[in-house]
Amino acid sequence: MRGRNATPAIPDPTIPPRSRARPRDRRCILASATLILSSSPPEGHGGNAAMMGSEVAFGFDSPPETEEMESLALSDAPPTVSSLPAAISASSDGDLFISPPSALHFPLSSTASGDGGDPAPSTASSFLDPPSYADIVFSPFDSQNGDDDNGADNGSMLRRDSSPRSTRAARSDYLKISVSDPNKEQETVNSLVPGGGTYFTYLITSQMRFGSAANGDGESEPVEFSVRRRFRDVVTLADRLAEGYRGFCIPPRPDKSVVESQVMQKNEFVEQRRSALEKYLWRLAEHPVIGMSDELRVFLQAKGKLPLPTTTDVASRMLDGAVRLPKQLFGEGAAAQVAPQEVVQPAKGGRDLLRIFKELKQAVTIEWGGVKPLLVEEDKEFLAKKEKMQDLELQLSTASQQAEALVNAQQDVGETMGEMGLAFIKLAKFETDQGIYNSQRIRATDTKNVATAAVKASRLYRELNAQTVKHLDTLHEYLGLMLAVNNAFSERASALLTVQTLMSDLTTLNIRIDKLEAASSKIFGGDRSRLRKVEELRETIKVTEDAKSCAIREYERIKENNRNELDRLDQERKDDFLSMLKGFVINQVGYSEKVANVWATVAEETSSYARGNS
Amino acid sequence: MIPPQEIGPPKSSSQSPRSPSGAPFLSISVTDPVKLGNGVQAYISYRVITKTNLPEFQGPEKIVIRRYSDFVWLHDKLADKYKGIFIPPLPEKSAVEKFRFSAEFIEMRRQALDIFVNRIASHPELKQSEDLKTFLEEDEEAMERIRSFETGIFKKPADLLQMFKDVQTKVTDVVLGKEKPVEETDPEYEKLKHYIFGLEDHLTETQKQAVRLVKRHRELGQSLSEFGKAIKLLGACEGDSLGKVFAELGSKSELLSIKLQKEAHNLLMNFEEPLKDYVRCVQSIKDSFSHRANAFRLHCELTETTKLKEINLEKLNLMRSDKTREAEIEYRELKAESEEATRRFETIIKRMNEEIVRFQEQKTAEMGLAFHLFAKGQAKLANDIADAWRSVLTKIEAYSLSSGHD
Repeated sequence: MRGRNATPAIPDPTIPPRSRARPRDRRCILASATLILSSSPPEGHGGNAAMMGSEVAFGFDSPPETEEMESLALSDAPPTVSSLPAAISASSDGDLFISPPSALHFPLSSTASGDGGDPAPSTASSFLDPPSYADIVFSPFDSQNGDDDNGADNGSMLRRDSSPRSTRAARSDYLKISVSDPNKEQETVNSLVPGGGTYFTYLITSQMRFGSAANGDGESEPVEFSVRRRFRDVVTLADRLAEGYRGFCIPPRPDKSVVESQVMQKNEFVEQRRSALEKYLWRLAEHPVIGMSDELRVFLQAKGKLPLPTTTDVASRMLDGAVRLPKQLFGEGAAAQVAPQEVVQPAKGGRDLLRIFKELKQAVTIEWGGVKPLLVEEDKEFLAKKEKMQDLELQLSTASQQAEALVNAQQDVGETMGEMGLAFIKLAKFETDQGIYNSQRIRATDTKNVATAAVKASRLYRELNAQTVKHLDTLHEYLGLMLAVNNAFSERASALLTVQTLMSDLTTLNIRIDKLEAASSKIFGGDRSRLRKVEELRETIKVTEDAKSCAIREYERIKENNRNELDRLDQERKDDFLSMLKGFVINQVGYSEKVANVWATVAEETSSYARGNS
Repeated sequence: MIPPQEIGPPKSSSQSPRSPSGAPFLSISVTDPVKLGNGVQAYISYRVITKTNLPEFQGPEKIVIRRYSDFVWLHDKLADKYKGIFIPPLPEKSAVEKFRFSAEFIEMRRQALDIFVNRIASHPELKQSEDLKTFLEEDEEAMERIRSFETGIFKKPADLLQMFKDVQTKVTDVVLGKEKPVEETDPEYEKLKHYIFGLEDHLTETQKQAVRLVKRHRELGQSLSEFGKAIKLLGACEGDSLGKVFAELGSKSELLSIKLQKEAHNLLMNFEEPLKDYVRCVQSIKDSFSHRANAFRLHCELTETTKLKEINLEKLNLMRSDKTREAEIEYRELKAESEEATRRFETIIKRMNEEIVRFQEQKTAEMGLAFHLFAKGQAKLANDIADAWRSVLTKIEAYSLSSGHD
């Protein structure tokens, strides 16, 4: 099995590490949306709350009165504000990671008045040092692929700006992976399920970092591969990887989600799956070992049918196993033994029923029988690590939940603020229409100012939230990764069990030999049948010894994988968490500053009411 | 609300009307809510402190204890005597038993009562009412007597008379074949009515949203608190310096939770309450509408009946009947009544016209202040949030530098 003995990828020194692009260099990614932008950087604008299609179900919808709010003519603000939102709401919902389209011409420092549109001096400008983050937040996410400007790749994954992620992605063999164009196709073979027989295929396009072909202009371009795959193929890929990379923290594949596929709207479900697949493939590509695997490469590049052995269903395995079992029980030679090459796979899910039973028995004996096995997990460091992982999983789960609740609460504030703003707009209009007295006109103006500010603030909250989701999603991702960690641990446990079972087998065999020899020695001249039996048993022992060595080697290998993976995971997790916290905080600071400016203006405009006494 | 202005010597038993020490003032504060009584009969009493230099009052300062029903008495008295004037509204009676004694409810009510009584004190006509003086100066027992007499089983005499008159007019209507009540046809008045009803709808909607906004602030505060806790625990897993960053973030999150609760309270008292008050004021105006309608009807009826009586008198005069003198007396009485009714009606119109201007100006000032406080509060909150997270950012950057990240 390839890739097994590979060490984690060493970054190729010839590739410059991808540096985090400065905001200055950022180009507008949403060129497809028609935006009317003036030269002054726009203030508040609407952005769709990003729908996290896949495993992350944060579950909030776009606020109801989006259209109405965003088509308001906010006449007192610079004209930029009113024209942006309508375009955005019309634009694609499929673009998950598209940054808000104001990412233009941003000076990095705040000393240049980043918010040119603000008439009143911003209260945040008192914080000249450290700089205001109000400008930075609008373009936190970078496209790793410089040529992805046209946004034509509807599903193309834009890498996060957080340098740990992009650094890792930069080490990957793959330059780009995208999943798109879901197509409904008909099953060629009659399916057993009546009314079934259709499935979706997805177009998977990828480019490798190396291996380029010359194009017409005499330049060399990375070769692009396009294949069509269905979800079943993904399951196959995942299973093959699980077999070949025992002990690794293999990124978990998207769920089969049978129930969801029935319950959800077809479009939503397909979109959710598409984005989940894309994420999954990227994760695989980013993994230092798995990213270089043949399985992945074949999945991404082999045209036509996926050339990996498919997962046979459990039923047929059991059937095969049932056929073998009698032979094993009656001790028919080779069939009775555990072939050395088989011990490198766990017993479960295999065809060897006898082995399954034996290992189960062994496990029970260890667990309940109080018999100390001959080989135990002694690595204290590992045990401590395992406990730590369990604790981490628990805390991650809580944190992920609370993050979701926080996002929902933020969303609610934004929505209600917007709705209140609308109600005030209507009130102001009413006073203006029906107004007779000057005091009414003044009040109508005041009301309108407050209303406009409320709507602006509402938009800012919604954008803040969209970004917050992306950052806090890291929690959810790592929660998913815990599954991979648990799998890695259970592979280790399973390999250990195999070794223990074999050792116990050997003990039993040796005991039998001793008994036979003892009995045979009592008979004068030896017992030919018994001695023959002993010879057979010695043969079995030899094979079993081989198997045991194999199993031990496998166990050690898995242990090594565990160790490396845990170290790698720890480091990556620290990096990703730091980046998450940083992004989250910068986000909050930036948007809060903007909101503060909006309200400070209104407070200034209405300050005369405070000086007099009502 | 007129804040007390201590002009001149604080202690003077009797001030001359032309006191050189300052402009005439009358300032009242409703303070110190205290729960009295037990069980079902428990209630809140307030201290009402009057400071004035007006000669009509007993002295420069007077303190009395009043309860909600006393305020109701004052309101109803004024509503009865000063038809056409938009009587300052009272805060609602509490519908839900549970909240009757909650700190928030008590504070909102106290604030509203304070505003109520000060509005009366600053209204050119209302402030001269005897009832106001009674309210501000009578001792508690006297007040209780007065109140119970009026609002007890005995209906106010004025009410009885009004009910009687209403029945009278209804009967007259039927007799005269007029089923539909007579209404004014003044186009400007129509416009005003239309405006007021529309205003009530819009204001109710905004007030509803304001209530929701308060709730959202509270909820966000709650979730920030929970999030902070969870982040801290997660940080404990990471340990060492990264854990410290987590801990800092968690603490700030909890800190912000408190700030949000504070802002929610601020929103409630200084933004939502004024909006609710605005709605109440509008409803008070609607009360004036119905007084005006009644007055108009009465004026019409009496004018009508007087005319008929006059015609009748003419007839009797011609016939030289001995009923003439009787009829003449009746006619004169009726005419006086009719003139009185017309006078009342015209007073209401005059008052309303003045009141509407005053109302608009007052509301502009009050809403302006409410908007200002709202914007100030939101700006402060946003700045506090930015500050809190900025301090975390410093820690993050320090950690990054020390551990060689970035």
